[in-house]
Amino acid sequence: METLIAILIGLLVSIGTYLILSKEMLRLILGLSLITHAVNLLILTSGGLKTGSPPLLSEEGTRFSDSIPQALILTAIVINFAVTAFLLVLSYRTYKLYGTDDLEQLRGNANE
Amino acid sequence: MNNLLILPIVIPLLTGMVLILLRDKVKLQRFLSFLALFLTGVSSIILLNQIEENGIQTLQLGGWEAPYGIGLVGDHFAVLLILTASIVGLCCLHFSFNSIGEALENHFFYPLFLFLMTGVNGSFLTGDLFNLYVFFEVLLIASYVLVSLGGKKVQLREAMKYVVINVVSSSFFLVAIAYLYSVTGTLNLAHLSIRVAESGQDGFLTVIALLFLMVFATKAALFIFYWLPGAYSAPPTAISALFAALLTKVGIYAIFRMFSLVFYHEPQITHVVIGILASVTILLGGLGAIGFWDVKKILTYNVIIGSGFILAGFAAFSQDALTGSIFYLIHDMIIKALIFLIGGSIIFLTGTKNLRDMSGLIRTHPQLGWMFFAATLSISGIPPFSGFIGKVFVTKGLFEADFYWLGIIGLFSSLLILYSMLKIFMNAFWGETILSEEEEKGTDKGLIFPIFLLTALTIALGLFAEGVVPFIQHAAEGLLNPDLYIDAVFNGTWVP
Repeated sequence: METLIAILIGLLVSIGTYLILSKEMLRLILGLSLITHAVNLLILTSGGLKTGSPPLLSEEGTRFSDSIPQALILTAIVINFAVTAFLLVLSYRTYKLYGTDDLEQLRGNANE
Repeated sequence: MNNLLILPIVIPLLTGMVLILLRDKVKLQRFLSFLALFLTGVSSIILLNQIEENGIQTLQLGGWEAPYGIGLVGDHFAVLLILTASIVGLCCLHFSFNSIGEALENHFFYPLFLFLMTGVNGSFLTGDLFNLYVFFEVLLIASYVLVSLGGKKVQLREAMKYVVINVVSSSFFLVAIAYLYSVTGTLNLAHLSIRVAESGQDGFLTVIALLFLMVFATKAALFIFYWLPGAYSAPPTAISALFAALLTKVGIYAIFRMFSLVFYHEPQITHVVIGILASVTILLGGLGAIGFWDVKKILTYNVIIGSGFILAGFAAFSQDALTGSIFYLIHDMIIKALIFLIGGSIIFLTGTKNLRDMSGLIRTHPQLGWMFFAATLSISGIPPFSGFIGKVFVTKGLFEADFYWLGIIGLFSSLLILYSMLKIFMNAFWGETILSEEEEKGTDKGLIFPIFLLTALTIALGLFAEGVVPFIQHAAEGLLNPDLYIDAVFNGTWVP
């Protein structure tokens, strides 16, 4: 199971990297969010997948799953959600002002 | 347990939240944000006294004992930085009163300023690795908005680059945290230190350490600095001064903390890599600083040289070198705010960033000119200013640790800094006065006070170093003896 997830993470990161390298702003943002999703999966895997019963005190089950990675992911998702929302607004404003979403044309010159 | 530790985080956070509601009342916003930063500074002075008397202070939030809960840890190093950050923050805030403009003040400038301070103070105080990530994000998100606030063309473009770089590096931060957690099974810094020491720092852990180094290097502008000159020169002066003084320093703090508390077992790999990166940073930053004719570009490249020099001292990792590094870190926070504020005033007065278009300001603005000259001497390490003492300690430490090449590069950097700063001084202040007072594009009325305060501070820090150095030596001792930190966190209880 861990191996499968590892391959999936690799796939997501490579697609994300490919998208980041493109010139369109929207693709860049999608690439970033794919990479952050891959990272979230990585955190989930870091605690070990399905090693015991849910982390609640109960009669049955002596081994429990690690609940810390899940708490970490929750925080990471919320933060990434906020940053992605901000990035989308920022790119929209940039597109409005410059009239282009091509990153090559956003380089600017030395004397501004 | 010391509840005072939460104050530097809670005061700016709560005040910032209240200020969102007081959007139209600019006067009240100014007063409350000034008061909040002042109280933060006072609480850090009280904390520093307590640490001096009773050792490292801790606070386990919610009563959850370490390593299960998230704890705050205040040692000399962290609290000294909070105190400096509060003073620098106050100066930048006062500068913004007269320069930032009504439009930004109505658009949540002060709340964002305070959220940034929350993130900075939180990063200094936290004793948990994931919490460090969260506070990094708090200050980064505040800084994203501050870079783009006002929505000028150049600001939006630079904000775009800045955000993308930081999102990528934050992802790597999470990757490193996940790896470290799967190896050690804990995120508490003190607990991590114990676990890593028990298992010995093998190859796998060293790779994780280098991954952390890459992440923090991006934030600290150590070698991975190409995002910095654009992002720091785009926003208004008060904001870029705050960024130059505080943001890279948080990354530097994280490198100091991680590589003195957790990953200190393989210095021949990790610390040498830090040394090499620092030397390259100093040289490339120096080239940038002497090459440009744009005031803000020159100053931002000086930020990069500063980061390199502080981490060069850390690479030697001895009592003297660390004392010098921490002293230089504090000096650097003050002096970077100072030169950015003066540089911003020059741009304000002349209406241009290009050094070729300005001349002879010293006749109309003698105070500004002489304070810039004092800053030039201080930043290039000439006594009696504060830069001198830091450089002496760092160079001494580097030579004693046989890092001769790094020490020589560090000394050479002083020349590059001096050249770049004198270039501004000679072009902007000397020469024919081409701009009479009536023709000036702006006024420096009300801007002089914070500049004067910071100049006085850098002179005082140099003249009365005798009184400050003992504190800094204790901070360096704390970094060299991780056991002090661990004992304070676990307080003698059983460690699982």
